[in-house]
Amino acid sequence: MTDKTIAQSVESERIVPHIDTSSLPLTKEEGLMLYEDMVLGRLFEDKCAEMYYRGRMFGFVHLYNGQEAVSTGVIRAMRRDEDYVSSTYRDHVHALSAGVPAREVMAELFGKATGCSKGRGGSMHMFSAEHRLLGGYAFVAEGIPVATGAAFQSKYRREMMNDPNADQVTACFFGDGASNNGQFFECLNMAALWKLPILYVVENNKWAIGMAHDRATSQPEIYKKASVFNMTGVEVDGMDVLAVRKVALEAVERARAGEGPTLIEALTYRFRGHSLADPDELRAAQEKEFWFSRDPIKRLAKDLEARGLATAAELEAIDAKVQAEIDDAVEFAENSPEPDPSELRRYIFAED
Amino acid sequence: MAETLFFNALREATDEEMARDETVFVLGEDVGQYGGSYKVTKGLYEKYGELRVLDTPIAENSFSGMAVGAAMTGLRPIIEGMNMGFLLLAFNQIANNAGMLRYTSGGNFKIPVVIRGPGGVGRQLGAEHSQRLEAYFHAVPGLKIVACSTPYNAKGLLKAAIRDENPVLFFEHVLLYNLKEQLPDHEYICALDKAELVRPGSDVTILTYSRMRHHCIQAMKLIEKDGLGYDPEIIDLISLKPFDMEAIAASVRKTHKVIIVEECMKTGGIAAELSALINEQLFDELDAPVMRLSSQDIPTPYNGMLEHLTIIQPPQIVEAVKNLMTLQV
Repeated sequence: MTDKTIAQSVESERIVPHIDTSSLPLTKEEGLMLYEDMVLGRLFEDKCAEMYYRGRMFGFVHLYNGQEAVSTGVIRAMRRDEDYVSSTYRDHVHALSAGVPAREVMAELFGKATGCSKGRGGSMHMFSAEHRLLGGYAFVAEGIPVATGAAFQSKYRREMMNDPNADQVTACFFGDGASNNGQFFECLNMAALWKLPILYVVENNKWAIGMAHDRATSQPEIYKKASVFNMTGVEVDGMDVLAVRKVALEAVERARAGEGPTLIEALTYRFRGHSLADPDELRAAQEKEFWFSRDPIKRLAKDLEARGLATAAELEAIDAKVQAEIDDAVEFAENSPEPDPSELRRYIFAED
Repeated sequence: MAETLFFNALREATDEEMARDETVFVLGEDVGQYGGSYKVTKGLYEKYGELRVLDTPIAENSFSGMAVGAAMTGLRPIIEGMNMGFLLLAFNQIANNAGMLRYTSGGNFKIPVVIRGPGGVGRQLGAEHSQRLEAYFHAVPGLKIVACSTPYNAKGLLKAAIRDENPVLFFEHVLLYNLKEQLPDHEYICALDKAELVRPGSDVTILTYSRMRHHCIQAMKLIEKDGLGYDPEIIDLISLKPFDMEAIAASVRKTHKVIIVEECMKTGGIAAELSALINEQLFDELDAPVMRLSSQDIPTPYNGMLEHLTIIQPPQIVEAVKNLMTLQV
């Protein structure tokens, strides 16, 4: 890439409309919860990179660094263990935000019997029925129909089975690459048609492996694609957790009220390559620098201090606490047993 | 007893299970207001409402994935493939999601979904509407594959499939919907994993399924008419995955000769897998190599004469029995 095109790629960054979050109610407890959730995501992924390069985990490992504000902003605006979450191959942090213990996610990455998918799933297939995590789906866009089905189920229970408690909402995460896939359009159509309680959350990190978003779509502003389905579509700064939270709270409220789905396009960036096997040669250094400077965790720290909700010392204490949690997760994973070879064929059928 | 058409037997099964369990619902193309292309869901939309008999847009991969999501969260969907061939568009959802997800999730989720509809070669419907997907899906782990063949077993098997906790691919045949049979007035269920003895015999074991069961019966009539004196045992496999190897072995131990009659193509077909299993497990019982009578390895042609030549016809089954019986062993 020449210097000129690099400069252009930075200058051509989409201008995200400023969402005023000053009116967003935020208690100290909530603010620290958001911060802790994001730090957990960041430090967990950093540890994954370390463990991968040390030969403790294998396969394709896709890290979420940089995108934490999206997972935290959406999932922590939902009801834990009640609402549903579906994810992609980049699923570790969604699992953590949904409440799957770091121990179980790390153990899954180590392929251990104590992993949330019993060592059968791996990095791209985190599942937890207990925490309503519908799973990591490794093929691009294939989780969208499944999540749509979970949302249909909520409506079905409420309307056909007269269950007044069936007001669960589903959050369906996927990337910009998936937004060019047929399942995206088919499901937006059905969800809008039937007013399903679902949030379609596009994490637009600009790159589908090496395919720049602008090279893959005739309309890069993904949120606009909601309009043809008569669905609400919003764009939000995916590096600002409070903005994401504000948008998510509104979407969740609409969904619970039976007003149907929302397409949320969060503009974000992955701080690492597509996977740990990606040489990451196509993204310009200046583009990366631009987005590194917008680190969502630093941003929240600043916001919390500005609101007088946290001191630097308090945040450092959270960092230390989370690091201890992750160290404990690694220890747990290392000391956990391998799956029992006699159970190789277990879990194929429901009766197993 | 009441004389019941095949499609009505399927409709009764669906109706009974929907009445019994409010988590059971049907989704697919034209299943609701239209009543289903083969009338299997006729009247159910009026009875159960639009959410329980859900007319979907023509989006096979997405509505199939949706059914998986609904099943993971506690409902019991029945997907109707308007034509089973259309479900090639949902191969990923059927293989990766319905079939493999329980395992991949380490047992976190179960997926009680039935995927049913008409398969097989009809009358000059052309290649795309004349598919035998049972062979394509055979290798997918986690799926049960069933083929019904009579109004009686269609009803009993569909009820069992709906109650099963696992994904069941349920094949009907486009040319069998108007078969009639006296069905019991009382409720009954058929086991999903049991083969059905169609005709006891002692000379040769004929293993078949779906519409080919009726071709085998026709062949038997020809054998009787021509006074050939052969006494084949005809077994309807019913369960294509897993095979009922117990019933198959019992018959092979009696006859020591096997003919498999199928409608799917020979290469990678149901008979290919079954003959391999018989060779592995029952080699010492065999007096002759397992014979396969399968469709030609070609896209089903439109022309009626060519289509007729593509699939096995009763005289070929008679010929195979004759050849096997006159073989010097």
